[in-house]
Amino acid sequence: MIRLEDVHVRLGQREVLRGVTASLTERRVGVVGANGSGKSTLARLVNGLVLPCSGTVTVSGLDTRRHAARIRRGVGFLFTDPDAQIVMPTVAEDVAFSLRRKGLTREEVERRVREILERYGLGEHADHPAHHLSGGQKQLLALCSVLVLEPEILVMDEPTTLLDLRHSRQVAALLRTLPQQVVVVTHDLPLLEDFDRVLVIDEGRIVADAEPAAAIGHYRKMMA
Amino acid sequence: MSGLTGAYVPGDSLLHRLPAGAKLAGLAASCTAFLLLRSPAALAGAAAAVVLLYVVSGVGVAAAWAQVRPVRWFAVALFGVQLVFADLPTAASSTLRVVLAVALAGLVTLTTRTSALMVCLERCLAPARFAGLDPFRLSLLLSLTLRSVPVIADLVSRVREAQRARGVERSPRAFAVPLVVGALRHADALGEALAARGLDD
Amino acid sequence: MTDEQSPPRRRFPAADVARVSVFAALIAVLGMPGALNIFGDAVPITLQTLGVMLAGAILGTWRSALAVVVLLVLVAAGLPLLAGGRGGLGVFTGPSAGFLLGWLPGAALTGWIVERGGRTPSTVRLVTACLAGGVGVVYLCGIPVQALVTGLSLGKTALLSAAFLPGDLAKAVLASIVARGTQRAYPDAVPAVHRERLRAGGR
Repeated sequence: MIRLEDVHVRLGQREVLRGVTASLTERRVGVVGANGSGKSTLARLVNGLVLPCSGTVTVSGLDTRRHAARIRRGVGFLFTDPDAQIVMPTVAEDVAFSLRRKGLTREEVERRVREILERYGLGEHADHPAHHLSGGQKQLLALCSVLVLEPEILVMDEPTTLLDLRHSRQVAALLRTLPQQVVVVTHDLPLLEDFDRVLVIDEGRIVADAEPAAAIGHYRKMMA
Repeated sequence: MSGLTGAYVPGDSLLHRLPAGAKLAGLAASCTAFLLLRSPAALAGAAAAVVLLYVVSGVGVAAAWAQVRPVRWFAVALFGVQLVFADLPTAASSTLRVVLAVALAGLVTLTTRTSALMVCLERCLAPARFAGLDPFRLSLLLSLTLRSVPVIADLVSRVREAQRARGVERSPRAFAVPLVVGALRHADALGEALAARGLDD
Repeated sequence: MTDEQSPPRRRFPAADVARVSVFAALIAVLGMPGALNIFGDAVPITLQTLGVMLAGAILGTWRSALAVVVLLVLVAAGLPLLAGGRGGLGVFTGPSAGFLLGWLPGAALTGWIVERGGRTPSTVRLVTACLAGGVGVVYLCGIPVQALVTGLSLGKTALLSAAFLPGDLAKAVLASIVARGTQRAYPDAVPAVHRERLRAGGR
């Protein structure tokens, strides 16, 4: 359960979000909007990467301003560019990095890493350098490193923008299988077709909030 | 590790089995000794000792040459200069001193795994924790740098392609500014991802 | 960390970890063949000192020095990250060890001078910083060590090193032009601006 109440965000001189109120309970929530509309900032509010200048953001009842660390443990975040998200030289090391503070034994870390890599088809690449993976595989690795922590909520910022059609379809199919609540910011409208709810952001405000067909229709008209 | 590898030659010699810290200490002591040895005879003895160590290590001639190769022209130039300004014994001993120090250091590199050296060097930097840099962050810095080398190398080729497309191939500024801006953008995205993965929590 | 109230400010936050690592990698990549040929392919000039000066001008004193330390540790561990694929302990016992170790105070001094320039360091300040740090300090560390290792006098060693001076001066000027261009395109590339932003808690 994500709750935003009259949220304003200013970055430098620019007012990026001006009075956003919403409460997101659906399992699949999409966010669309033009470049610079404030949708990426909205995504970053959910795990406390960006804090509101005024208003409040609460995730499962916790205020991001006071409990950012605890919230981040329950909210996974997938960025657009997997190269900026993979921090370790090899595939298995990167997934293990996520588990560093779980207090697990080395065997248990290895077991969980192997399990998740195999589930997403990266098992044979475990000891390969991350930069030998294809773009789609890198995005899968970034996802593995997030999912290995079993977050309750998953936020994705344009996860398919840098992927080719085949890989973005793969990510879309994968999205459907995830048990978590998922909030996806994207330009990839077909991705949102079977979502439960779509928000349209323009100039820092929510201008439409409906089921996908209606919201996307509004967005297309706006962009015409 | 990443696709980058060191010059380590696998083996099971006495030198391979010595702990990395002992080898580093021995190297530091030997290099100091080389500087203090003045007579050509003493240096010749040291040279024999280094050659013997190479034989014991069993790394092979090619690996040994690869370590000394980078200083070959410097050694030739130094020998020439010393011959002009001083005499043959001085020229021989100062050139030998340079080659010996590099060769012995190379031997440590050849007989010690990169990871073992890294652990050892990390330990040497442990006092950095008083400046807010705990051992975990220090080792993260090293891994993250290894991870970033291929990413930045890709960035270089992308920027160069863009530069070629715009026909400004010759201008170093038109290449370097987008490269550095791109590197910074990447660094800041990486910092955000590290924060999202709980590094600051 | 505590969950109550705003978390205590880290002395070395994730944003800095990332910048230090990326610049250490940038210095390494600038040494790879064909990274950038100023004078065509004929003259092999290592651009790594360009990276060292840029690190100083953009990261500031401590972070740039740390980027150099990180790179040198990886080199010492045996990775071929120096120009021409060099690496290993040999470079630290060889005749140019001092020039290499001089990168550390060199980057730091460049950063220190640029930091005194506040939010908009001028071109003159950037040139001064790169010359003082990237050339002055590096030679000041490099020449005595080389003299010690070779047994030549300081004067003769300095004379031999003078051959590299024109190239290094050109690199210092280029570094300041590039730093200036970068700081215009990306204001957060000014150390003082970056620090203010981190203090403000924004990302």
